[in-house]
Amino acid sequence: MATAATAHHEEHPYGITRWLYTTNHKDIGTLYLWFSFAMAIVGGTMALVIRAELWQPGLQIVEPGFFNQMTALHGLIMVFGLVMPAFVGLANWQIPMMIGAPDMALPRMNNWSFWILPPAGTLLLLSLFAPGGAPQAGWTLYPPLTIQMGMGMDFVILSVHMLGISSVLGSINIIATILNMRAPGLTLMKMPLFVWTWLVTAFLLLAAIPVLAGAVTMLLTDRHFGTHFFNAAGGGDPVMFQHVFWFFGHPEVYILVLPAFGVFSQIIPTFSRKPLFGYESMVYATMSIAFLSFVVWAHHMYTVGMPTAGELFFMYTTMMIAVPTGVKVFNWVATMWRGSLSFETPMLYAIAGVFLFTIGGLSGLMLSITPADFQYHDTYFVVAHFHYVIFAGSVLAIIGAVYYWMPKWTGHMYNETLGKWHFWLTMIGFNLTFFPQHFLGLAGMPRRIPDYALQFTEFNQWSTVGAFILALAQLLFLYIVIQTIRGGEKASGRVWEGAEGLEWTVPSPAPYHTFATPPKIR
Amino acid sequence: MSRVRSLTQANRRLAAKLFLLTVAMFGFGYALVPLYAVFCQLTGLNGTTGRADAQEVQASVVDSSRWVTVEFTGQVMGNLPWEFRPLQKKIRLHPGDTAVIKYYARNLANDTIVGRAVPSVAPNKAAPHFKKIECFCFSQQELKPGQSEEMPVRFLLERDLPKDVNTLTLSYAFYYVDRGQAATADDHARLAAQHSEPRAQRQAKSDPG
Repeated sequence: MATAATAHHEEHPYGITRWLYTTNHKDIGTLYLWFSFAMAIVGGTMALVIRAELWQPGLQIVEPGFFNQMTALHGLIMVFGLVMPAFVGLANWQIPMMIGAPDMALPRMNNWSFWILPPAGTLLLLSLFAPGGAPQAGWTLYPPLTIQMGMGMDFVILSVHMLGISSVLGSINIIATILNMRAPGLTLMKMPLFVWTWLVTAFLLLAAIPVLAGAVTMLLTDRHFGTHFFNAAGGGDPVMFQHVFWFFGHPEVYILVLPAFGVFSQIIPTFSRKPLFGYESMVYATMSIAFLSFVVWAHHMYTVGMPTAGELFFMYTTMMIAVPTGVKVFNWVATMWRGSLSFETPMLYAIAGVFLFTIGGLSGLMLSITPADFQYHDTYFVVAHFHYVIFAGSVLAIIGAVYYWMPKWTGHMYNETLGKWHFWLTMIGFNLTFFPQHFLGLAGMPRRIPDYALQFTEFNQWSTVGAFILALAQLLFLYIVIQTIRGGEKASGRVWEGAEGLEWTVPSPAPYHTFATPPKIR
Repeated sequence: MSRVRSLTQANRRLAAKLFLLTVAMFGFGYALVPLYAVFCQLTGLNGTTGRADAQEVQASVVDSSRWVTVEFTGQVMGNLPWEFRPLQKKIRLHPGDTAVIKYYARNLANDTIVGRAVPSVAPNKAAPHFKKIECFCFSQQELKPGQSEEMPVRFLLERDLPKDVNTLTLSYAFYYVDRGQAATADDHARLAAQHSEPRAQRQAKSDPG
């Protein structure tokens, strides 16, 4: 996206080979971000198929089997195709500039970790065309269903392996960059919070993704090579998959949301014109959340028949996560307290993100209560909850981050009026889609089923209308981004009046190579 | 220039260490499987039952002050075309005592079929105290078309069964494993050997499932 803008600064290759062979962190960041936008369109279209089918009770548009393929692929694509690559893209663009490094630590590997993604995404989508179609078991891939499914399941297993390899390589690179490449004098406790949250996230990825790779490998060998990890007829246990999966799965949700916390911690001080409140407590809260995320997994599966002691353990540890998360929300609010606030589009996204994420956090606290969860389990309440944390936490942070850093990337200011339109349409669409789903879930509407009882019709119709507004609003986002790349008001080096940090000391657009000689810190 | 080279080396070294961490976590994912099995065995989670040997049975002292009811149930899973049920619905016995009951199975299909029974005991906290001495679930069972079989279960109920457990249920889920003809030569040899021995012996000594 920075092609035209940076071309006259320094020599670099042109054409398709520039993107295929590039080892430049800015190019690779751009590739990641466009890839994740493409996946968002695909995954979003699948969500619209789901919402269109749920417009009214009965079966209208798609077969139940296809509906189930949509719910499974929508989840996989949004988690592995949209949110994770988008944050890795932001990390690629920003981390070297924020720590005064000339590039990522392992540039050649960086190229590789991106170029594994498009084949992986393609394989995921090709599963739709395999005999029997894509898996119909939800993104969690629970056996025994996933042992019985057609070859589409093998496509997905291989795709998950490739996506996993990509994020492991990306994480290794990010950790090496942060630990080895900082400008002299930039100690760990002086790093911007986005860098901190990514350091912790990268370690989470290294610990969690291989466990998922192991779990899907076991599925694969159960399917084709005669092992019986999850096959009860052979002495295996399907419930064990849930334990192994969620041992990965819960850290995964923090992998999705910690970089978002980092983004909020960059944007909010800028537009409050105050330093971040409680920097050290933010760092320690991030680490506590990361640690706790490994000891709460079974709260996703309270209903499998655990003993009371186990349910109490997972209930208390889960509730404990609310403490460091509460520290973070408090710090963001305290940063805004008596600040000179202004409400440009990135700030609107950050505030909305914090506010809506807190709603999602509170519904999460409700779900953490074991006896209550027996009622909420697998209902639309859960769907509402995780969209309030993943969409409102992660996706709003990604969009906010794009608005926040886009002037630095392109050298142009985006159109503020259109940005605000995009924001408000997204807000209306999002809340209209997901808020009624809380009520649907409490009233007992189960998830992942294409039909429902008559009394749920009205809330479902609100939800469907909201989903279409939300999706169309993102086309406006695409328009704004392209418009900003093509031209617009010239951005200054600092871009925002209250911006602090090394990335704002380089000109806008950022030259192809920055910090070839390390900057002096204070 | 040497600074740059040492930085490159440091990066490579760190990347190698992180790669090892990744491999270790992949191994840990697999290690969760035996850990899980051990955890279930120790706690009786998932209704995992125990096994008892002759020594343990002889050493067991009967607590004749308590009566406990053991109920029996069983079902065939999915596509196994068998009839399968306990011949006795329940028995009463003292903790510390052993008992034998029989299940009945009949193949309703026109093929020889191999199935496997997976036991489970509820409530979970009673499961570790329910110890099988002899069970048709220790090995796979093969039934010819129309063939029926009475299959015994001999078990020991441990004396230290929790005080508040007055009733427990033994349940079997019978799974389809294979068509008889498709079973491996090894399986056939084993089954042939079994058919030449009295049933009670052969089940006690066949594979340690």
